[in-house]
Amino acid sequence: MSENKLKVSSSPHIRSKMTSGNIMLMVTIALLPSAIFGVWNFGLSALIMLISTVVAAVLTEYIYEKLMHKKVTVGDFSAVVTGLLLGLNMPPTAPWWMGALGSVFGILVVKQLFGGLGQNFMNPALGARCFLLLSFTGPMTSFIYDGVTGPTPLAYVKEGAMDQIDTMNMLIGTIPGTIGETSVIAIIIGAIFLILMGVIDLRIPGTYIVTFVIFVGIFGHVAHPEIGFFDPQYITAHLCGGGLMLGAWFMATDYVTSPITPKGQYVYGIVLGILTGLFRIFGGSAEGVSYAIIISNLLVPLIEKVTLPKPFGKGGEK
Amino acid sequence: MALLTFKGGIHPDDGKDLAKNKEIVELKPKGDLIYPVSQHIGAPAKPIVAAGDHVLKGQMIAEAGGFVSAPVYASVSGTVKAIAPHLNPTGGTVNSIVVENDGEYEEVEYPEVKPLEEMSKEEILETIGNAGIVGMGGAGFPTRVKLSPKEPEKIDYVIANCAECEPYITADYRAMLEMPEKLVGGMKIVLKLFDNAKGIFGVEDNKPDCIARLKELTKDEPRMEVLALKTKYPQGGERQLIYATTGRAINSAMLPADAGCVVDNVATMISIYQAVAEGKPSMERIVTVSGDAVSEPGNFKVPFGISHEELVEAAGGFKSEPEKLISGGPMMGFAMVALDVPVTKTSSSILAFTKDEVSKFEPTACINCGRCVEACPSRLIPSRLADYAEHHDEEKFTAHEGLECMECGSCSYVCPAKRQLKQAIGSMRKIALANRKKK
Repeated sequence: MSENKLKVSSSPHIRSKMTSGNIMLMVTIALLPSAIFGVWNFGLSALIMLISTVVAAVLTEYIYEKLMHKKVTVGDFSAVVTGLLLGLNMPPTAPWWMGALGSVFGILVVKQLFGGLGQNFMNPALGARCFLLLSFTGPMTSFIYDGVTGPTPLAYVKEGAMDQIDTMNMLIGTIPGTIGETSVIAIIIGAIFLILMGVIDLRIPGTYIVTFVIFVGIFGHVAHPEIGFFDPQYITAHLCGGGLMLGAWFMATDYVTSPITPKGQYVYGIVLGILTGLFRIFGGSAEGVSYAIIISNLLVPLIEKVTLPKPFGKGGEK
Repeated sequence: MALLTFKGGIHPDDGKDLAKNKEIVELKPKGDLIYPVSQHIGAPAKPIVAAGDHVLKGQMIAEAGGFVSAPVYASVSGTVKAIAPHLNPTGGTVNSIVVENDGEYEEVEYPEVKPLEEMSKEEILETIGNAGIVGMGGAGFPTRVKLSPKEPEKIDYVIANCAECEPYITADYRAMLEMPEKLVGGMKIVLKLFDNAKGIFGVEDNKPDCIARLKELTKDEPRMEVLALKTKYPQGGERQLIYATTGRAINSAMLPADAGCVVDNVATMISIYQAVAEGKPSMERIVTVSGDAVSEPGNFKVPFGISHEELVEAAGGFKSEPEKLISGGPMMGFAMVALDVPVTKTSSSILAFTKDEVSKFEPTACINCGRCVEACPSRLIPSRLADYAEHHDEEKFTAHEGLECMECGSCSYVCPAKRQLKQAIGSMRKIALANRKKK
């Protein structure tokens, strides 16, 4: 036996099979139902948008890392997830280059300039979306569905015009909105997949949604006295409308930009729920998920600081 | 009732099927035997033989070098060839007594043993100390010292660590099946030292046969209880085991005795029995030889000092060239650079793997997924601690409780970025502990 072939390393000598690449790939797979539904719902323009955001995200990462002589990490699917998430957050009617520009911004400015994977403090897809919302407010907020330009169901909810709402259409997703946000069913299928695969758990999305329900249940009545406390139809419309589901299951759960402490994840969910409710009910626009998540991203270091776990045997949870 | 356990931990493939059904085979060594004078925590033992001396099996060849120390005994008869530094399984070089085996196995006359009822506590402790018994699960802490807490009447539990939570190792499992009466006998002896204590056998529930056998053997022992524990790594970690069986939680600065507990593993309990009831010093142990590169994995009863080469040979040699050799378990064991190292008091197994899972992956950036946090049985944030360690930030490392780490390796196991978390934290811990001592 030639002993020089022996590898020596510090323990442990075994590793789980899960890799970062596997995780990102599973997130990509989990987003596919929403993407497929979006293309079916909105047609070719949606497909072109998704392709351009994904390709632009991956290319930006590749070119930047090449130019900077860094290790090319596009194989870890993280840029794919960013591109896909941004695409799903784009109106199908926006020009494709706008999505591509967003991807460049998200990958280059939000992710790579802060140090690349794991170092960004803001979700790159959401950072890009907010950048586009501020730069191109018109095309980013106008929604054409079946050839008709009109308000999204969430805009009706904002006005308290509940007679305009068809909850079933909102569940299925046959409503105006961004490419990936409209179908609650498609999003939930992806979310269940991620939960079963152990990629995400219920802490953040569960706390987020419960807090949000409590907030709109109370303050919906404050804003629209004709709607009762905890009006089921009003709450359901809020849950199914806009980007809440996509945001809660796929963007609030982004590892990099959410707290690592278990207790902090609950706090983060509560902050998200309150901010989203606040923006939606009292803010200037109908939607509030993207801004709520981005602001909460900024609070993560503070949340972690006050939620550090106590060690075992030192009064910590046993 | 929910199974007894702790929070955190991992479920690696246990690999125990390779060797669990292989009965213990006794090996007679052929080559030289090598006895490092330091096979335990504490002062090295002092050799009391010289090159050229003839020694018998069971003869003391090195005496304890202090209170926290343990003597070493010859496990064969033969001639002392040399006293010289030799590589040991943990990778260090230790002064060792080399004995050329004459193949006669001529034994010393063991001292007359008294019935347990007639022995005083001091006599029992004396016997255990003289027998050179140390914690055989890997730590190697002299057992006599462990069994001598300041206030023995405050010990409420004597816990036999029968978890054997490390993957692949089946040595304790086989011992529990094949000589459970010695284990129970060892418990009886230790209980004699602690009047107010209850004896607990904590066994992972993947060994139902052991649980059944121990329950049967202890059914008329009012002071003993067998508890089934959830199968999870590191269930056999001292702090986790104490918590699972008694609900008491200790931190890194505390001893089990501070929580009224004394913990000894299966092999140690059996050695205690052999010393007190049979008069034999600690000279042998059961070692598992396993891993996918081994032809016929199995469990072997071997004398201390036997070369790992002979063990591998006894297991049919390698069927494929191993890329990694491990002394101990895959979670906390040591990678070996060579096979010509002796089995010591703390060698529970030798594992040979065709592929090394560690070098297969390149570490990548942390994605903050929190899997290490969920896995950490000490409730720490391993990814952050590793960051502090990599930046040599001892202050932050200590402030974030890095010293509470017990280096179980669960964080490195689960990390999807394949970071060497435990390695970074472990290195920093050593520095921080050394600096703390200086102050």
